[in-house]
Amino acid sequence: MRHMLDYYLTTIKIAIQTEFQYRVVQYFYMIGMIAEPVIYLVVWSTIARAQGGMVGGYTPGAFAAYYLVWTLVRNMNIVFTPYGWENRIRSGWFSMDLLRPIHPLNGDVAQFAGMKVVVIILWIPLGLLLSLFFKPDLHPVWYQVIGFFFAIWGAYLIRTMLLSLLGMITFFTTRVGAIFELFFAFELVFSGRLVPMSLMPPVVQQAANYMPFQWTFFFPIESLVAPMTLQHMLAGLGIQCLWIVIGWVAVKVMWHFSVRQFSAVGG
Amino acid sequence: MTGIIQLDTLSKHFKVPVRESGLKASIHSLFKREFRIVKAVDEISFKIDQGEVVGFLGPNGAGKTTTLKMLSGLLYPTGGNTTVLGFVPSKRQTQFLQQITLVMGNRQQLVWDLPALDSFDLMRAIYSIPTNEFIQRRDEFIDLLELKDLVNKPVRNLSLGERMKVEIAGALLHHPKVLFLDEPTLGLDVTMQRRIRSFVAEYNQRYGATVLLTSHYMADVEALCKRVIVIHHGKLLFDGALSQLVEQFSAFKTVGVTLQTAAADLAKYGEVISKDGTRFTLRVPKAEIARVTARLLADLPVNDLNVEDPPIEDVIEHVFEDGKQGQEPQ
Repeated sequence: MRHMLDYYLTTIKIAIQTEFQYRVVQYFYMIGMIAEPVIYLVVWSTIARAQGGMVGGYTPGAFAAYYLVWTLVRNMNIVFTPYGWENRIRSGWFSMDLLRPIHPLNGDVAQFAGMKVVVIILWIPLGLLLSLFFKPDLHPVWYQVIGFFFAIWGAYLIRTMLLSLLGMITFFTTRVGAIFELFFAFELVFSGRLVPMSLMPPVVQQAANYMPFQWTFFFPIESLVAPMTLQHMLAGLGIQCLWIVIGWVAVKVMWHFSVRQFSAVGG
Repeated sequence: MTGIIQLDTLSKHFKVPVRESGLKASIHSLFKREFRIVKAVDEISFKIDQGEVVGFLGPNGAGKTTTLKMLSGLLYPTGGNTTVLGFVPSKRQTQFLQQITLVMGNRQQLVWDLPALDSFDLMRAIYSIPTNEFIQRRDEFIDLLELKDLVNKPVRNLSLGERMKVEIAGALLHHPKVLFLDEPTLGLDVTMQRRIRSFVAEYNQRYGATVLLTSHYMADVEALCKRVIVIHHGKLLFDGALSQLVEQFSAFKTVGVTLQTAAADLAKYGEVISKDGTRFTLRVPKAEIARVTARLLADLPVNDLNVEDPPIEDVIEHVFEDGKQGQEPQ
């Protein structure tokens, strides 16, 4: 346990150092990333105003809060992508990770967790600027702030498990870009990334209840921006834990069968 | 049989798709895919004892790297059995991975954007090396490989040779008992090659580590390995002492003779390989050596004469040629 803690802390430290080497690039990347929520925000705020100041219970201020927090949650949701898996398996670079006496997934989790520290620091001025411009309606109570902290890390772990599972398909077949794209299309619709889930048709909302996607976007955002009871908050965090465990078990099973297929081509 | 590394009829076969070129073949392959089996490693067996440094030789595509990858647990074998330090490599147990290292000349573990010292610290955390021991080992390697001026520079700013030295130091920080070295001197200049060779020899002597080394530079093999294993097309061709390899596969010796005059025709004594002023080098069948040298001394005004085994590169080439002929369809 102490060994793993030491490994995680060292990897996080190295990831922070590496990210600071590329801070300007990171900033431009983040600026590019806010284009997506700003477009959603402008569109939905316009619709809300046209419908008398509210749509589906969301005022322009509520939309501003939703999409402002969206930017942070989206950054926290960035994990090692299936494209990264595909590249490291196809190129043979994965050999170096496999030689280590620590499961490569630990390295991915720790490295991207380190990146988050830099991301949060870089996000603060950007978030303040967006707040000044869009005036979000954001009044969380104390437990929502604490719950939000855990929810964004829960979202990070769920998404890590999901995208690792997806990435491991590359062990079996090397051209899997189309499968990845299909997954991301599903995620866009069922996660709350496109619009708050409560604005989706009831059938989509019901289907989403059986999928992990909304626990990576909608729940973390709502945990901070929407009125939420402590019980509701704890239940949500519990469901996130459940999805993490399901994902972890699935990753372990998938790993058992897939790593045997590794052909270590090119290295 | 209690070797540190043991292989018993180890095989790795790859199923690779085959297709003719052209649109018609593309359409055909949509309905019927064809494959062929490539036997990258084909039932090879050998044993290596503790502390041995063994050269693992073969031309490109012989199956050397595939074997090393199976021995280090990267690849799952198709058939046969293998143990390294008593572990089955393909199970990839933590205890096993903590005691081995695989260094590949074209791959690196170092963090590209940071000084090597940070990568070393990561190795400490990965292999759970106690801090005091880590500092002692790190400083020892920095000293042995003369890395003092390199370890504070970002890895991306190091030359290939410098990077390789740092890479090797990082790969040995956990004091592995078994070293798999795959072309560790690839692309390095002669000085750097020598430095790495002497470091590997030093490590082997100090810690009694077992080393299996592949290299296309015969100087590496001659300097480090008393024993060599030669494979070709996945099959084992030779396993024995380096001197025995020369004895067994070299049908010729080279005779260097310096005469008092340059105007002489030595073709009747053997194949003239080179001539430099009054210095001639002849290639003579081993069985003829005694007769030819006696005749040279009797017939010509000889200032100097010496008989040598051919360069190891030539012998290895000869072994590969033999292997190739053995593989050709009859």
